[in-house]
Amino acid sequence: MKRFSLLSARAGATFMSPAGLLVGAFVIVPFFWVIFVSFTNRSLLGPTALNPDFVWFQNYIELFTSGRGVEPGTFGFSLILTVQFVLFSALIGQALLGLLLAWLLQQVPKSVKGFTETMVIGAWILPEVVIGFAWFAFLDYDNGTLNGILDALGLPRGDWLLDYPFWVIVVFNTWRGTAFSMMLFNSAFASIPPSYFQAADVAGASSWQKFRDIGLPLIRGHVVTDLILITMWTFNVFTPFLLTRGGPGGQTEVLSIYTYRVAFRDFDFGKGAAVGVVVMLINLAFALFYLWVARKRTPRKEAT
Amino acid sequence: MKWKSVLLALAVATPAAAQDLTISCRCVSDGVNSALADWIKESVIPDFEAANEGVTVSLSEFAGGDEQLTQQLALDFSTGAGADIAGFDGFLIPNFVEAGLLKPLEELVGPQVNDWEGWEHISDGSRALMSYDGGTFGIALGTDVRMIFVRADLLEEAGIDPASFQPNSWEELLDAARQIKEAMPDSHPLQLNAGVPMGEATTMQGYWMAILGTGESIVDEEGRYIVESQGILDVLNLYKTIYVDEELGDARAQQLGDGRNRTFANFRDGTTAMLVEGDWFYRSVTAPGSEFEVADRDEVMTWAKMPAMEPGAGWNGQDYVTISGGTGWVVNPNTDDPELAWELLSFMNSKEQIDEFQTFQPRISIRDDVEVPNEPFLTETSGALLPLTTARPNDSNYNAVSAEIQRMTEAVVSGQMSPEEAMARYKEAVTEIVGEENTVSLM
Repeated sequence: MKRFSLLSARAGATFMSPAGLLVGAFVIVPFFWVIFVSFTNRSLLGPTALNPDFVWFQNYIELFTSGRGVEPGTFGFSLILTVQFVLFSALIGQALLGLLLAWLLQQVPKSVKGFTETMVIGAWILPEVVIGFAWFAFLDYDNGTLNGILDALGLPRGDWLLDYPFWVIVVFNTWRGTAFSMMLFNSAFASIPPSYFQAADVAGASSWQKFRDIGLPLIRGHVVTDLILITMWTFNVFTPFLLTRGGPGGQTEVLSIYTYRVAFRDFDFGKGAAVGVVVMLINLAFALFYLWVARKRTPRKEAT
Repeated sequence: MKWKSVLLALAVATPAAAQDLTISCRCVSDGVNSALADWIKESVIPDFEAANEGVTVSLSEFAGGDEQLTQQLALDFSTGAGADIAGFDGFLIPNFVEAGLLKPLEELVGPQVNDWEGWEHISDGSRALMSYDGGTFGIALGTDVRMIFVRADLLEEAGIDPASFQPNSWEELLDAARQIKEAMPDSHPLQLNAGVPMGEATTMQGYWMAILGTGESIVDEEGRYIVESQGILDVLNLYKTIYVDEELGDARAQQLGDGRNRTFANFRDGTTAMLVEGDWFYRSVTAPGSEFEVADRDEVMTWAKMPAMEPGAGWNGQDYVTISGGTGWVVNPNTDDPELAWELLSFMNSKEQIDEFQTFQPRISIRDDVEVPNEPFLTETSGALLPLTTARPNDSNYNAVSAEIQRMTEAVVSGQMSPEEAMARYKEAVTEIVGEENTVSLM
């Protein structure tokens, strides 16, 4: 069976080739290059920069069998830390807070809703370096705004960045990313026919009951999408570096910062590439799961 | 038609275009190493441009920290970028050379480098600051020494006579700190660098100054890295006493990203009475007009030698210890015109230009025909400390091991680990870097 086409296969290939070359040069070649480098002990400085050895899986083995267990500074520590970071800041922080905000915004006057949305979205669209610095200044021990407020209230001041570094980046990332979840849930709630809620009002349902029995079940698909997307983003986020530089003592060295440190501070390209490959595989798993869920959702949506 | 003429003009103009050279250094007018930046902009560049028609020289002022500069240089040099002449810390040379990122001047420029008049006025020791494995890669600006900088006014307040103050053991040093702490409970009397954020400053101004006091070094006589020893434990316990047990020092400054500037500010503001630093601290950091200028410096600021743990127990059996490094300039192998770059480098290090530098910042030059400046501090400290000094191992693994030292000290200073645990981790990490055959245990 001959399919209709505007161009011959050859002409099509000709038009495709510039894009293909660019994708090849800037995506595919580096991709395989990283995988190749991860099997060597190549570095930027020192003798192994010029004459790297092929070390097979040694970089990978070292990642998972560090003699130092899961102490700060090891891959294992960063992996566990990143999972905790995702759990607290993305799943609990961003998604839950976003859901709560979106729900509450359904029931407040339009002006309040507009104001809140503007503030939350502002946190989302500001450049990372700007908010990184703003938070750094906010949390500074000596002259920070937060400690200034606590002083004024007569409360004890805290050394946030040194004593609670993990919670600082959790709160920071929650603050930073809640807008996305809020907007997504907001539009999801808006797509529910108002008559459902009006009927519930007539029946005397409380806000919690409406949320539990009408709102949540009808946006379940959006919730799954949101959770997967923010998990992937938070897994790869680098912005905490602007606040803590992975410190103190490696306590906030999430995987992205760990990769950066190994590759571009210790200049150990081989090990850095190995971390990159592992992170890529984890992301690939997320992505496949996401696609699978998305595909499963589609038919059900058509049924409703 | 218009396009054609523009293209033609470009084609004609390019070969005849003025030659451009760039100098880069961690120096910013009114910022870090301000005098260096001013000297280059006000003296080196105008004079060189006047002597070489058609050549334009510009200065790229790097405002980040030492660690970031190392990153920048490594990435620049490995990708064919970077300034033609780069300010460079000598201890990084082995690492860069082994990676093929630096070339000996003789190979890069040609044999004429040996004809430079300046070499006759530079001692072999000073030339070695920028050399490795038989090659010379640049010219040093000078060497340095390390000591305890002391706030005389604070000592007086605590009842210690600053004029005769010279601790002869760690215990005496700690006792002085305790006495000051008692008189001024809010102060951080003693600061010995530790931690990752400070980078090499931790290793040079902190760990080295302490480990040499135990009679040990970082490597043994055969160049093997010492990964386990009583000396390491003594040093870590000294840190623990200062920062954890007795809180004599500002532990936050050793963990925060901008910690080094914090220690400078503490000294300036009179909350730190004794700070272990290099003479750079005097020449540049606290110099009049700089950010951390110490008011009334000649009256309130003095110095003492860093004591060994016990008299005579220091490195080489010494009572006092210090260590030297050297910064200078290298020619970037990626330069378009190595000969012109060398011409600029040798011009910068001519007697006339170094003489000129002395008016920006008095310093003991490595050229023996440049007059020693009439600065009592410089002549006294170099007279007292240069005979005692030693240097870092000229080894390409040193940089990576130094990073582990920084992690080891941080673990102790932050209270995360005991000295024993931190040393065990250090052993593990260094063995991974250099291989077991290049390590040694002294326990």
